[in-house]
Amino acid sequence: MIADMNPAWITGEASEHVLTYADGSTRRVYVTGIETPYPQGKLIVSRTNTQGIITHCNQSFVDMAGYEEAELIGQPHCLLRHPDMPHGAFKDLWETVHAGKQWHGYVKNLRKDGGHYWVYATVVPNVRNGEIVGYTSVRREPSREKVAAAEALYKTMS
Amino acid sequence: MTINFTVSPSFPNERISDWYIFNTWMQRSLEVSIHLELHDSFKSQRDAIAAGQVDMIYANPFDASLLVREKGFKAIAKPADHADEMVVFTAAGNAINQIRDLQPGTRLAYVDDPAINTIGHILLEPANLDASNIQDNVRDTYIQVAKEVLRGNVDVGFMPVEAFNSLSSLVQRDLKVLVTSEMQSIQHVFLVGPAALEKADAISQLLASMHETDKGQAMLTSLGLSRWQILQQEDVEFMIDIISTLGH
Ligand SMILES: Cc1cc2nc3c(=O)[nH]c(=O)nc-3n(C[C@H](O)[C@H](O)[C@H](O)COP(=O)(O)O)c2cc1C
Repeated sequence: MIADMNPAWITGEASEHVLTYADGSTRRVYVTGIETPYPQGKLIVSRTNTQGIITHCNQSFVDMAGYEEAELIGQPHCLLRHPDMPHGAFKDLWETVHAGKQWHGYVKNLRKDGGHYWVYATVVPNVRNGEIVGYTSVRREPSREKVAAAEALYKTMS
Repeated sequence: MTINFTVSPSFPNERISDWYIFNTWMQRSLEVSIHLELHDSFKSQRDAIAAGQVDMIYANPFDASLLVREKGFKAIAKPADHADEMVVFTAAGNAINQIRDLQPGTRLAYVDDPAINTIGHILLEPANLDASNIQDNVRDTYIQVAKEVLRGNVDVGFMPVEAFNSLSSLVQRDLKVLVTSEMQSIQHVFLVGPAALEKADAISQLLASMHETDKGQAMLTSLGLSRWQILQQEDVEFMIDIISTLGH
């Protein structure tokens, strides 16, 4: 369970949405449509345990998500899920990494202030002594063309 | 027993003698025979690794995966306050002012180095450039890369920040940096292989305290480092996980 977003966090005009996660739980979120540009030259990195709970993140991740590091560690990664992201993309992500493979995709993430940022994300299983002990995601800056294509595709998916 | 030591070929030629001095100091301090073999290319260094001729290495981050995951090397240390960052640059007079201005068909020049090569290409992705719409030109030296850019033979060059900063101010004045990487998490690492593992603790202790003596500090400065920071194996495993995402 993730707590609903607080309207006091939001910067700008926002619309309200209720997200339903894969486990059936819900979260009320507010979306402004304001995009934060990707920080040039940087990688946005986070790690989760096998359950998708955030265990580590770098400074770029904190800066872009807009939460304090302490608000992120221990939370499920779907804290950043944006209502424009189709469920199918993440289903594919989890099936791919559970199979021990790398997943790549364009992701629109929701910030604490209701804005968003686009990334090209790769998720890899962390294999130690032959076992998956967690996952690492590394994001980099996507081109506008690739973002536009992903945006169009996601509108057709559920 | 002789430990076979090598250093990733990404350092400037002027430092060759400094690495020999470092090697002599290690031999004396550890009271063990160490043979330093410097390779002039990543290819010949990888051949030596494959042939089992390397027991200790100051490695390019992009070779860490092979060494740790396939050859059983253990993490010892990394340089503190020293990230392996790079610049993408063009000629000062070029109409291109940012990465997104680059067009399909962009011509690149760089020196063969797996880290610079991979990260450089990633820095071009925001312009929708990939292997299918760029032209790569590999050169032997950083100066040659700078000259290709200055002469307009290529549109952009890749270079480690350190190499770029050591170009003469005259050359730098005619160049324009489009982006500087801030990968932070990707660095050279000092690793020890299976044949030298019994010395791993002694090597860690020696490197950890190297900056505490005047002589050690002077050697570090010559190598362009400030001090060594001891690494846990998981630190290197994490870096390898990050690097594994960058090839695709
Ligand atoms: C390492 C890792 C990083 C992830 N990063 C994100 C992310 O940045 N944004 C996001 O919405 N989901 C991310 N996910 C996927 C979430 O765990 C989750 O599947 C997604 O937000 C959708 O929620 P749901 O699966 O409960 O429907 C990540 C998963 C892993 C394993």
